[in-house]
Amino acid sequence: MSAITRQRRRAALAGIWREFTADRGGLAGLAVLVVVVVLALLAPVITDAAELDVIHAPGLPLRPPSGRFPLGTDVDGRSVLLLTLWGARISLLVGVSATVLSVVIGTIAGIAAAHFGGWVSGILLRFTDFFLVLPSLVLAIALSSVLPQGVATIILAIGVTSWPTTARLVRAQTLTIESRPYIERAKALGGGHLHIVGKHVLPGVLPLVLANTTLVVGNSIIAEATLSFLGLGDPSVVSWGSMLQRALTSGAVTGGAWWYLVPPGAAIVVIVLCFTLVGRALETVLDPRLRGTR
Amino acid sequence: MREALAVAEEIDPDERRGGTGAVRFLLGKLGGALASLFLVVVLGFLLFRMIPGDPVATMTREKPFDPVQLAQLRERLGVDKPMYRQFLDYVGGLLHGDLGTSYAYNRPVADLIAERFWPTVLLVGTATALAVVLGLWLGVRAAWRRGSMFDKAHTGVAVTLWSVPQFWLGLLLLIATRGLFPSGGMRSPDTPPEFLPQVLDVAHHLVLPCVTLLSVVYAQYLLVMRSSLLGEMNAEYLTTARAKGLRDDLVRRRHAVPNALLPTITLIFLQFGLVVSGTVTVESVFSWPGLGYLTYQALRVPDLPLLQGIFVVLAGSVIVLNLIAELLYRVLDPRVRAR
Repeated sequence: MSAITRQRRRAALAGIWREFTADRGGLAGLAVLVVVVVLALLAPVITDAAELDVIHAPGLPLRPPSGRFPLGTDVDGRSVLLLTLWGARISLLVGVSATVLSVVIGTIAGIAAAHFGGWVSGILLRFTDFFLVLPSLVLAIALSSVLPQGVATIILAIGVTSWPTTARLVRAQTLTIESRPYIERAKALGGGHLHIVGKHVLPGVLPLVLANTTLVVGNSIIAEATLSFLGLGDPSVVSWGSMLQRALTSGAVTGGAWWYLVPPGAAIVVIVLCFTLVGRALETVLDPRLRGTR
Repeated sequence: MREALAVAEEIDPDERRGGTGAVRFLLGKLGGALASLFLVVVLGFLLFRMIPGDPVATMTREKPFDPVQLAQLRERLGVDKPMYRQFLDYVGGLLHGDLGTSYAYNRPVADLIAERFWPTVLLVGTATALAVVLGLWLGVRAAWRRGSMFDKAHTGVAVTLWSVPQFWLGLLLLIATRGLFPSGGMRSPDTPPEFLPQVLDVAHHLVLPCVTLLSVVYAQYLLVMRSSLLGEMNAEYLTTARAKGLRDDLVRRRHAVPNALLPTITLIFLQFGLVVSGTVTVESVFSWPGLGYLTYQALRVPDLPLLQGIFVVLAGSVIVLNLIAELLYRVLDPRVRAR
């Protein structure tokens, strides 16, 4: 890469950042996200993992918030605050990994459907429409009930079921790009499929994919919570969904233990909202079609 | 929301390829739906037989079984036959309404599903009808006064509700209204058997699950209706209508809304998968005796034949509903009909 391209790219990035910061909602979302990610990464350092052990729970079961336990205790006497903090690790891990998987599948399917045309495109489109219509949660439930229980299964189940919207978006964008004259030029000069897709289509599609990814993460996190809530997650790992499941099955809800219920759910809402805000802000900056409409 | 609208615009890939004539259109749509249904059946079959390698091993994992029992189980499930034979048996059974035998209940899966079908229809139907009315009405108001406090407040609430996991909302409602509404089920055992008390009892049980399901779904309708109407706001026919001297209210009701309604109506149907996904969690929270709760119970075992049956039925209904939506769209939109 020559120095001048590098310089131009840096200028473009700076421009994007400037536009992004103009959106106060997106900026606030980003700030909260950074704080949550840092807290989740530092959880093993700033807290004692031993207190997550059911047998060595430090408190009495189902106590309302107090000085020692700011958010009360769960049915086993563990600190709800601690559980929520550790739950963030799984939710973020699954949310981000499942999204990456889903976006990769969606991007490949979308580009292939637009680039190759003919029967390949026909079959891929039918397939995409089929998965788009199918209730993804039902499919994810089916998948995770037949695969061995664990975090990897949840990631796979969400990733494999949530790609069609990305595929549609990418297909539309690829079609727009491929209709431009420079693609024709590249083809006339003898550029193969790999060259055209890699050098011309992908760079044009990626910004949109990035914005879309941020939006998909929110959905993936909700899907993860839902699957764990239904008891499909790894039973040995604390996640927000599994906390809520225990709250329901242990009778804490009917017993009125609101402090057990509010933190994990509120955490999901905040995280998902942040990803949505950042995603929408990115979309406004990166998607030329949306310029000036919001 | 933009993707959702894009879906509505792109609804018909077949149409643009020159779908002339109602019969051809109908056949095309029916063919597509049949292909999708077939895919669902294949997927249901493959998912529950191929991925785990050996379904018997999955079913019996962490439970002691001796080889004789395993062989019997294998024969009962039919997994000792070659794959294509199993598939043909499975499809043949499906066509006769035979979905296999539940592992936990030891009863035909089809019977179990038939029992739980109507409660789900009741819940989904009520929630969707209310969500449509509420969402469209608020969406129209919000778009008509774009940027007003009303618009900002309702769009804000809708976007927030969009980020809320449904089951959590249900749990919150349960804890907030403790004692006001029954915490689960569809009927109380001590209600008199007469018609009216029974209806009132079911309605009483329906309130919380219905509100939970509704609150996330209406948000989507609101946002879609809003953006759809915003797209019509600068249209010239509205200026004409105003120039004729029509009251603002009439311009909205007679001219803007009918045009904006079209994509929204199709979307309502297209989003049925979302509502179905929602019922699974909502029914689990309120132990509403429908298909969602049945799924939840089947997952505890895990009851694979039952899960497979539910998967095929739920996915199949969504495809059928989509077919109806696409046909409805053609009836409703004169522009499509004229072509």
